[in-house]
Amino acid sequence: MKSLALWRGVGLAMLLAVAAIIPLGNDVVLTEVGVLVLMYVGAAVAWNIFSGFTGYISLGAAVFFGSGVYTVALITKHLNLVGGVVFALYPLGGLVAAVIAVPFGLIALRVRRHTFVVVTIAVFFIFQLMASNFSWTGGAVGLIPPFLNWDAATVWNPFYYTALIIAVVSAVLAWAIWGSRFGLQLRAIRDDEDRARGLGVKTMRVKLAAFVISAFILGTLGGLYFYFQSDALPQYAFNPFFDLTIALMAFLGGFGTLAGPIFGALLLEPYLGWAQQQVTNTYVAQVVLGALFLVVIIFLPRGLLPTVGEKLTAIQASRQRRAAEQKTGPPPGVPIGAATAGSPAEQTTRSAS
Amino acid sequence: MGTFFQAISDGVLEGGVYGLMAVGLTLIFGVLDIINIAQGIMVILGAYLSYVLWTHLHIDVFVGLLITIPTMFIIGVAIQYLFIRPLRGRERTSMSLLACYAVAIITEGLLYQHFGSNYLSMNTYWTSPKAEIKIFGYYLPYIYLLGFALAVLFVVAIYLMLYRTQFGRSVRATMQDHTAARLVGIDVNRVAAITFGIGVGVTAAGGMVFGELNAFNPNTGYDLISRLLAIVILGGMGSIGGALGASVLVLTLASLVDVYWNPEWSTVVFYGALVLVLVFRPQGLFGRKEARAQ
Repeated sequence: MKSLALWRGVGLAMLLAVAAIIPLGNDVVLTEVGVLVLMYVGAAVAWNIFSGFTGYISLGAAVFFGSGVYTVALITKHLNLVGGVVFALYPLGGLVAAVIAVPFGLIALRVRRHTFVVVTIAVFFIFQLMASNFSWTGGAVGLIPPFLNWDAATVWNPFYYTALIIAVVSAVLAWAIWGSRFGLQLRAIRDDEDRARGLGVKTMRVKLAAFVISAFILGTLGGLYFYFQSDALPQYAFNPFFDLTIALMAFLGGFGTLAGPIFGALLLEPYLGWAQQQVTNTYVAQVVLGALFLVVIIFLPRGLLPTVGEKLTAIQASRQRRAAEQKTGPPPGVPIGAATAGSPAEQTTRSAS
Repeated sequence: MGTFFQAISDGVLEGGVYGLMAVGLTLIFGVLDIINIAQGIMVILGAYLSYVLWTHLHIDVFVGLLITIPTMFIIGVAIQYLFIRPLRGRERTSMSLLACYAVAIITEGLLYQHFGSNYLSMNTYWTSPKAEIKIFGYYLPYIYLLGFALAVLFVVAIYLMLYRTQFGRSVRATMQDHTAARLVGIDVNRVAAITFGIGVGVTAAGGMVFGELNAFNPNTGYDLISRLLAIVILGGMGSIGGALGASVLVLTLASLVDVYWNPEWSTVVFYGALVLVLVFRPQGLFGRKEARAQ
C-alpha cells in the first residue's frame, strides 16, 4: 500500500511538471489544445465536487459556465477594458455564477434523482433562451472581446497558466473537501440522504454549498473561455454538449472519485479536439462520442480508475497469497486472500447488490 | 375575442399531440423507473420515417403509420434490450438516463449524416391550405383534428391495455413493486422491454403529426424533449392522465402567449410553469405525494 501512495505522488509530480513546461516549447497549437484540456480538467473536477460526491447528476453545469462567459463579456464591453487586467475578471464570472447557483439550487435541490436531472436541463434551456432573446446579451450575434495585442507565438501562454492554476486549485479543493467533515456529509447524502438527515446532516445546506462551490469554478472557467474563444454566443456559452462531455469525462475516469474526472478529461479532450480537426463533418465525432459513452456505462460503470485499481489490488493479493503458499504449503481449506476484510471479491459483490 | 378562441382551440388540439408523446415518456418512467431522454429525437426519427415514406414511396402519412409504428416499437425494444437492461449497480437509474442521452446523440448524429441540417417540412395534402374546416368562424386544419383524435385513440388504447388486459395487470404490478411482481411470477424484463417499445412506438404517431405541423431538423429533438420533460413533471411523473392534462394546459398557455406577446417567449411558459410548480408542489400537479422508493 505504501508503494502505491509513493507511485501516486511521483506520477502526480511528473504530470504537473509536464503540464508546466508544455508552453515553453512555443508550439502554438499544442498550447491551444492544452488550454482546452486544462479547462475541461477543471470543469470535470468542479462537476464532480457536486455531482460525484452527492450523487445528484446535474446536466446544468453549462448554466454556470455560460453565466461566467456573459458576465466577463458584459463587463469588458461596458468598461472598455483591454490588456492583462482582464485576467482579474475571471473570478467575477465565478462570483455571478455562484450567486445564480443559490436560487437555482434552492429550487432544484428540493427534488431528487431523475426529477433533479430534468430540472437542471430545464433551467439550462431557460438560460440559453434568455441569452439568445435579450437585447443586452447581443442576441444571436453575441458579444466580442477587445482585441488582445499580444505576440502570436505566445498568445496562449497566459491562458494556459491561468487554466492550469484553476485546474490545480480545483483538484486540491476537491481533495480537501473529500477528506473533510463537509465531504463526509456529502458522501453520506450520496449513500442515503434520508438516513444522513436522520443522523443530523443539514442536507439542504450541505448540498447547496457544494452546488455553489462547483458553480464558482465553472463560472471562472467561463470567463477564461470568453477571451480564449473570443466570442460569447448563446449556442457555445450554453452548450448542451458541455454538460454531456464533462459528465462523460467523470464517468470514464471514475464517477465520484478524486482522480477519475482528471484522468477522464486528460483522456477524452485530446480525442475530441483531434476528432474535430480530422473529420470533415463533426457528426461522425458525435456518433463516436455517444458510442463511447454507451460502452463506458455498460462495461465500465464505475469508471476506468476504480476498475483498474481493483484489478491491480487483486493481482497483488494473489501474488501475496502465492508467496504465502510457497512458504507454508497449500492452505488448509480457506484461501488467505478471502479472509482479509475488503478484498476485491467482497467489494465487487457489495457494489453489485 | 376571435383570436382568443382561436388560440385556445389551437392550444388544446396541439396539446393532444404533445400529450401523446408525453404519455409514452411517462409510461416508460412508471414501469422502468428511467427517463427516456431520447424520446425527443425518437419523435423526430418518426417524423423522418413518415417523410421518407411519403417522398419516396408516396405512402400517405396516416397509412404510413402502419409501417412506422411497428418500426419504432422494434427500435424501442432493441434500445431497452441492448443498452438499458445490461446496466447494473447502485447508480443504475442515473446511468440509464445517460445511456438514453447517448442513444439520442448517436441518433441525432446519424440523422444529420443522412439528411443534413436543413429544415424539412412535409408537403402533403394535410399541410395544404384547403385541408381545413370552418366551424363557427374559426379555421381548424384537419391535421389538428386528426392529430388530436389520434392522440385520444392511442391514449384510450394504452389505458385499456393497462386496465383491461392480463399484460396490463403485469405492467401495473411492475409499476407498483418490481420485486413483488417478480415474486408472483411476472417476467419483469419482458414487461420492461414491451413497455419501452410501446412508449417509443407512439412517438411514430406523434412525430408524424409534429412533422406535419412544424418544420424540423435533427436538432429539433432537444427543444422537444425539454418541452416533454416539463409536461411530464408538471403532470406528475408516471401519471398518464396527468401527462395529458398538463400538456393541454401548457400548450394552451403557450398558444396564448404566442398570440398576445411573442412566439419567442412561448417556450418560456413551459419552463416557467415547471419552476413554479416545483416550488409549490414538487410531486407535480397530479402526482402522488410519495415518490417511488429506489
